[in-house]
Amino acid sequence: MNHFLVLPIVIPLSCAVISFFFWRRPALQKVVGVVGSSIWFAVTLLILHTVRREGIQVTQLGSWPAPFGITLVADTLSAVLVLLTGLIVLTTFIVSWSEIESQRVAFGYCPLLHILAMGICGAFLTGDLFNLYVWFEVMLIASFVLLGLGGKRPQLEATIKYVALNLIASALFLAGIGVLYGVVGTLNMADLAQQMRGPSPPNLAPTLATLLLIAFGIKAAMFPLFFWLPASYPAPPPPVSAVFAGLLTKVGVYSLLRSFTLIFPPGNHTSLQLITLLSALTMLVGILGAIPQKNLRRNFSFTLVSHIGYLLAGLGLFSPLAMAGSLFYLVHDIVAKTCLFLFSGIIERLTMHSDITKMGGIYRSHPLISGCFFLLALSVSGIPPLSGFWGKLLLVQAGLNGNAYNLVAVMLLTGLLTLYSMMKIWSEVFWKDSTRDALVASRSPERVVPLPMPLVIPVVCLVGISLLMGLFPSPVYELASEASRQMFDADAYIQAVMGGKR
Amino acid sequence: MEVELAVVVGALYAAGFYMMMRRNIVKLVLGLALLGHAANLLIFTMGRLVRGHPPVMHTGEIQLRGLFADPIPEALILTAIVIGFGIQAFAIVLVKRAHQTPWTDETRLE
Repeated sequence: MNHFLVLPIVIPLSCAVISFFFWRRPALQKVVGVVGSSIWFAVTLLILHTVRREGIQVTQLGSWPAPFGITLVADTLSAVLVLLTGLIVLTTFIVSWSEIESQRVAFGYCPLLHILAMGICGAFLTGDLFNLYVWFEVMLIASFVLLGLGGKRPQLEATIKYVALNLIASALFLAGIGVLYGVVGTLNMADLAQQMRGPSPPNLAPTLATLLLIAFGIKAAMFPLFFWLPASYPAPPPPVSAVFAGLLTKVGVYSLLRSFTLIFPPGNHTSLQLITLLSALTMLVGILGAIPQKNLRRNFSFTLVSHIGYLLAGLGLFSPLAMAGSLFYLVHDIVAKTCLFLFSGIIERLTMHSDITKMGGIYRSHPLISGCFFLLALSVSGIPPLSGFWGKLLLVQAGLNGNAYNLVAVMLLTGLLTLYSMMKIWSEVFWKDSTRDALVASRSPERVVPLPMPLVIPVVCLVGISLLMGLFPSPVYELASEASRQMFDADAYIQAVMGGKR
Repeated sequence: MEVELAVVVGALYAAGFYMMMRRNIVKLVLGLALLGHAANLLIFTMGRLVRGHPPVMHTGEIQLRGLFADPIPEALILTAIVIGFGIQAFAIVLVKRAHQTPWTDETRLE
């Protein structure tokens, strides 16, 4: 029995409790945040290492045997995602050091971030559908407060939209769980998978699949259901929108990948075709929405939506190669999108604007940061030696193998349009001369302060990680293909959770 | 009994979604509450309605036999009610804050 799988949940919880003890000491809360999330990051590394060495790890909480108790499962996919969560949360805490004012910390910013991290990790690790719902709610309530903290008008408006849409998704998910329990009689994912593959598969499987597709689709910001995202993500301070952009939608994507590979058996071709169509529309509509945006973070939000399409394309194509491509892209996307939103923090700090037409001249004043952004922009667009390219390459290859030429065309077109959108930002924000507004702002005495190191170092590190992933793609590719192999081998998952391994 | 409950669930869903589509955010919160109730009642109905057979084992038995009420849907509903309560409390406070801040009583489209 491996109880260390509870650690990624217990560590953030303890950190949150410890932070509550320092309610009136914001600086100490930040120290707890950085130290706690560093320990946590180390633990997630250990989990990935163990999963690579010994295969799927399972913890039966309270030692209840599998279909009766709550099971925590870490296969390669979960372990990689937990590792990335650790990395992103650590980064966010370091950035928060300078970017979050003490006033916000005084209202519980640090414990909320810990609880958000706990919810995300729980969602990645759980092997029980109802437990997944509970982790979703933990994550949501923390994100509601993080979004609304500060109480300015745009923030409150954004929070209302976000709350409404996410609660509808939760209600639909809950209804799906209820019907699933009524029909199948179990909620353990491995047990569900077994029943669905059994001699007499239950009725209503397509209905349930659609219900969960809609519920998770809202969380993942899939095509017809993404409008809440660009309306809410630009409102909170940059570190908060960075952690949201990096992780929250990915939990929806993870749930889709997990439920459509494990619970609903393949062969349900209509739902796969539907997912393929939706992923193509997500890519196109997202990036076409991004191009005309003048607001920096709204532009990034639409780009974020657009690239969710790549993550779903692998599920739609439903082959191990395509899934490996999507998972590679997932790893890249978590790092790159977090970094993109942190960059928006840097840019807004330097120009004191959120409108890209009023910015300019950053390349002249800060060439190093600008160079990093240029690399990141190319990586997001998928230019060859960088990390965004390899996932797309695998997806395109899988699409050509599967004769999905339309999807391949959409993927390539989206890449091109992303490049256009990113280069527009590059030329508006960094390359062109400062506008008069920006000049006045940069000459005023309070503008000469240099960028704070806690903001610059994590951003440069994330760009470095993205660059390394692009230059040495084989370890990431091995991880992605191993995770994809495990996802297509449902029997091994069922065996690990249910069968008398322990 | 299932038919009546199915009608009630349907009516709750319809009312919930209708309320959410009004422009007023107080009605939005009421709609969310109705949706939560609809989902809970749906779980209850899907868990088979059994009357007068509690899942209790008598001395000497090692397994429940025959007809008995399944306790798991009720446990799920209990959890969902607690979560729903917390979230609705938050939503109401949020609406109050939004109401105190001018011009946000209506959910504006952008």
